[in-house]
Amino acid sequence: MTLEHFMNDAISPWMREEGPSSDIVMSSRIRLARNIASIPYPIIAEEEKLAEVRKLIEKEYANKSFNSYHNFEFIPIRELTAIEKRVLVEKHLISPNLAKHTNESAVIISENEQVSIMVNEEDHLRIQLYFPGLQLRHALDKAFEIDDWLEEKVNYAFDENKGYLTTCPTNVGTGMRASVMMHLPALALTGQINRMMPAINQLGLVVRGIYGEGSEALGNIFQISNQITLGKSEQDIVGDLESVVNQLIDHERNARDLIMRESPTALEDRIFRSYGVLAYSRIIESKEASNCISNVRLGIDLGIIKDTSRNILNELMVLIQPGFLQHYAKKTLTSRERDVLRASLIRERLQLEN
Amino acid sequence: MPSFLIPVVVKGEETVECQECHKRPATLHFTQVINGKKTEISVCNVCAKEKGYVTYPEEEAYSLHNLLSGLFNFDTSKIDNPTLQKVKDLQCPQCKMTFAQFKQVGKFGCATCYETFSDKLDPILRRVHAGNTKHYGKIPKRAGNDIQMKRQLNHYKSQLQQLIENEAFEEAAKVRDQIKELEANIRDKEAGDNA
Repeated sequence: MTLEHFMNDAISPWMREEGPSSDIVMSSRIRLARNIASIPYPIIAEEEKLAEVRKLIEKEYANKSFNSYHNFEFIPIRELTAIEKRVLVEKHLISPNLAKHTNESAVIISENEQVSIMVNEEDHLRIQLYFPGLQLRHALDKAFEIDDWLEEKVNYAFDENKGYLTTCPTNVGTGMRASVMMHLPALALTGQINRMMPAINQLGLVVRGIYGEGSEALGNIFQISNQITLGKSEQDIVGDLESVVNQLIDHERNARDLIMRESPTALEDRIFRSYGVLAYSRIIESKEASNCISNVRLGIDLGIIKDTSRNILNELMVLIQPGFLQHYAKKTLTSRERDVLRASLIRERLQLEN
Repeated sequence: MPSFLIPVVVKGEETVECQECHKRPATLHFTQVINGKKTEISVCNVCAKEKGYVTYPEEEAYSLHNLLSGLFNFDTSKIDNPTLQKVKDLQCPQCKMTFAQFKQVGKFGCATCYETFSDKLDPILRRVHAGNTKHYGKIPKRAGNDIQMKRQLNHYKSQLQQLIENEAFEEAAKVRDQIKELEANIRDKEAGDNA
């Protein structure tokens, strides 16, 4: 297995399975931040110290398998081209931050791309697991198993009162960020999402766009995650998040019903126009493409568009990103060239369905 | 007072007036829970913000960074106070990060920093983590064995207290035996570690 394996498909193998509430929840993620007690943290450590961390993880975990996760591939970030790094970021396998720290940083990814462990990011280790649909509790159980597996060889920085000692005070305690990626077109269309966001913030949760901090909610995809990591158990944090997500699911379903009832023709028009744009345009920017993809996916969920697979949203959202387009073209592209290639890849993908 | 707000989406088109200003239409609907008692609240955006029902995302979204820099950037150099001066000069023996540097970047240099700066930490953690300063989550499996036992011991002790208060003496005796056993285990383990 080589890096190519992770680069060629826009859609990760785990995304092909359908999870609970997958008409609205695209994925559930658990991230655990961990550090090694005896080594200074990446923001301040000397290169040799960070090399120790990298070598330890490579020696103990490269090409290993654990439970249902096979053949962990060890990838030093410095061996990647700028485009390859970008593709891994677009597939959420590494963070933009890891792509920036290059010398001693690395990532280890399971064959099905469900588990990735970043080495020398802001913390020495960041364990990430993705599951399709809403399955936070299951994801948490699996994340704990991976965490215990790492702890067999790594002495974690931990304090009885303060918990896992992270680089940033915002992660201390559980070191956990649980997040859910949701497609909320009807709440966005009716403007309800903007009214709900303040209340969600009030509950210690954060709402962001698809590519994390500071990013726009492209294609009506919202990421909701916990902000507080201290003073509550992981199970309680996940429980609180899950109950808000369940409420959002109900509200989204109600809003979809409402639109279907009140203005079915306008909705159909909107969905088919978007389909037309995707199927026939020759130049398309990523923002327009994201919005059209969101509408088409809504059409699939509501049974208005038939014979097109639901995975289209997950897949096209990655496929249309600049890194992936340039990887596909095998060269750097100008923004106009990307818009042309984007339009042609989308057309091709839609034709595959018919 | 434990109180929290649950957002409610009102179905249909009915408009309710804001219960604070009685002028604008209410756009936010909450169920407020105070000590288990529920009250319905309907307010407009303006009043919601003024009366502190909500903090707005544009203020909240990037607040963490501002919050941290706000917390760390108080100027101690002008204050002629020996304790503050000492805090400022604190330096971590492991990674050599000073408290002044920590304030500037808002990040720890190593695990030992937590100990080095421990006296100054709780107010910061309280603000970042909604008043919390103590970890209640996972404990490492291998390294945390002792802590796990201590936690279990505390759990038994509070259970014992409860049972005695409820005059359930038979069960209390059982829990007391479990405490004794666990305490013996901890003593044995400590002896083993020191050997």
